[in-house]
Amino acid sequence: MSNVIAEPQKKEKEYSTLNLGPTHPATHGIFQNVLKMDGEIIMDSEATIGYIHRAFEKIAEHRPYYQITTLTDRMNYCSSPINNMGWEMTVEKLLGVEIPKRVDYMRIVIMELARIADHIVCNTVIGVDTGALSGFVYMFQWREKIYEIFEEICGARLTTNIGRIGGFERDFSDKSWKQINDFIAEFPAILKEYEGLLMRNRIFMDRTIGAGPISPELALNYGFTGPNLRAAGVDYDVRVMNPYSSYQDFDFIVPVGTKGDTYDRFQVRHEEMKQSQSIIKQALQKLEGMKGGPHHADVPAFYLPPKDEVYNNMEALIYHFKVVMGEVDVPVGEVYHSVEGGNGELGFYVISDGGRAPFRVHFRRPCFIYYQGYADMVKGSMLSDAILTLSSMNVIAGELDA
Amino acid sequence: MEFIIYKIILISAVLGLTLLVAMYSTYAERKVAAFMQDRLGPNRAGPFGLLQPLADGIKMFMKEEIIPDVSNKVLFVLGPCIAMVTALMTGVVIPWGPDLIIGGTHYPLQITDVNIGVLYVFGVVSIGVYGIMIGGWASNNKYALLGAIRASSQMISYEVAMGLSIISIIMMTGTLSLREIVEQQAGAHWNVFYSPLAFIIFLICAFAECNRTPFDLPECETELIGGYHTEYSSMKLGFYLFAEYINMFISSAIISCVFFGGYNFPGVDSLGLSNNIMAFLHAGILFGKIFFFIFFFMWVRWTIPRFRYDQLMNLGWKGLLPLSMVNIFITGIVMYLAGKL
Repeated sequence: MSNVIAEPQKKEKEYSTLNLGPTHPATHGIFQNVLKMDGEIIMDSEATIGYIHRAFEKIAEHRPYYQITTLTDRMNYCSSPINNMGWEMTVEKLLGVEIPKRVDYMRIVIMELARIADHIVCNTVIGVDTGALSGFVYMFQWREKIYEIFEEICGARLTTNIGRIGGFERDFSDKSWKQINDFIAEFPAILKEYEGLLMRNRIFMDRTIGAGPISPELALNYGFTGPNLRAAGVDYDVRVMNPYSSYQDFDFIVPVGTKGDTYDRFQVRHEEMKQSQSIIKQALQKLEGMKGGPHHADVPAFYLPPKDEVYNNMEALIYHFKVVMGEVDVPVGEVYHSVEGGNGELGFYVISDGGRAPFRVHFRRPCFIYYQGYADMVKGSMLSDAILTLSSMNVIAGELDA
Repeated sequence: MEFIIYKIILISAVLGLTLLVAMYSTYAERKVAAFMQDRLGPNRAGPFGLLQPLADGIKMFMKEEIIPDVSNKVLFVLGPCIAMVTALMTGVVIPWGPDLIIGGTHYPLQITDVNIGVLYVFGVVSIGVYGIMIGGWASNNKYALLGAIRASSQMISYEVAMGLSIISIIMMTGTLSLREIVEQQAGAHWNVFYSPLAFIIFLICAFAECNRTPFDLPECETELIGGYHTEYSSMKLGFYLFAEYINMFISSAIISCVFFGGYNFPGVDSLGLSNNIMAFLHAGILFGKIFFFIFFFMWVRWTIPRFRYDQLMNLGWKGLLPLSMVNIFITGIVMYLAGKL
């Protein structure tokens, strides 16, 4: 398989400009690419962003901490629970709260489910962009099942706002435990089926091997993280390098690729889904022995007290009022916390001046960083490859623009 | 006079059948896709959603017609017309069944038995590409133009291999008339058993000619939005989509006639039914084969991904073309050894 490299062209050659986006079926979200094309070959590319910029970082400066969780939902909406929990953990770090192990493990179950959902979307969309639609529709049933679990736990599906600062709003119901167990039991067979559909398909391999490759050096220079960096061969995973939420208690493999092309990214994500399953299994085993344990940490200033306490207990009533009005003081400080999001290192940088809202917030959004590298990755390739590269990097407009 | 009336009846019957089959192909496509993807598919309009194609047709007619200001308006309208007309024209040489005998007169179930039937099909199909090219170019849209360029280069490349693959069949049968080709395959002497390679090449090329996955690059929606028909709306879009299904039907018919014995099926002739019933039975057999191939087209579409442009060209010129040439030589040698030359 030879990669298509553009031949050096004479100066007087005329190129055409092609607007890829902002509303193009291949740009899953709203972003634009102005391509300079020589026939089907991309000579130059210029990325434009900002079509759904919603100034989340600025909005966050005016909101009490617990209300910022809902903003994080709307960044990478394919894996919003990870964003939610990343933010909650950041605030917990700022407050210096001790989180019970049970909450950690419950969070891990949810985060890994979200990772599976995210990777289902990305990997099946690679299929769609190569023309194989069936796998996408088929696999989306299983994403649906994950969303049903989320729905059972927190009442929402896409923009979950799952969990609270300090833990979970309520304990998982028996039904949700059953749903999680069922999913883990049934999903491996489905994943295997999907693997059979594309992984060794000659056309799919021809299309994806060598499409949109990136070298580890370039990837690191751009600041790539997550599956896209791992596909290039760098074994950086926040869960391992800087464990949060008790990831150190778990056994799992960090899959790495070699060439950093679309096929490697596909395979890395595929393997990560399997690893996530194994993590969830381990977490479920650990949780088995902790039945009836606490589902939240002891942070009365941030965690709403139970209703009958509020009606009968003065302390609780005060805290209820303070939490709802967001009138709680937070220690002065500066905190950076990052989690392994569905798409890479999702970081939260918070400066607190002690007031009800953070003084300054910055979200480290992996998609924003990937999209910078995109122009370099597609130069000299064909239009079809550029589209595959975009979908395999899983650039999500909500996270790109924030 | 009687001759003309008969021909008119036959032509309208074939035209109506072609349109009907194409119409229900859209329904079948959605049902097959739904089956493969574990869904239900259309089931609201009429029993089992059977009226869905009708509803779609009405929708297409009722839609607002948008002709871009910057387009070449004459060509813009001409594009889908050519696509539709050429798609319908190929049906005339297909032998649908043996002759009907009513009152001692023979009525052939074939609109016309041109003695260059195969060439005629190729010729008309080649014109079909103009519909796409003109439509894509006249839209004055870069995506449409890219789609049109892809379509024309793809069709031209694959026509070569297609034409060469069928030469081995012509060598064996010694005729270009589709009816004679079919008659020679009576019983189980289907050409596919004598020249399987030609069949595989022809099948692949037929996929490319119909713009079906894995060769649907001219309209691959994830790259080119709608490809050559990006700018089209209402029934003009409907014509393009419809032409594709008609082409699929005709391709299936040609494949059945040339390689799978057309209306022949082993053992049917010994049933001892009266001639006219036999004629309809044979026609039914042909349609059975055609439906199988239509299903095959759909099956492939919902299973595998599509090629990239350069890979498609490589496959056409470096893979299929040499293979079909080799096939001609093999056929020649085998015929020589079998003493048929």
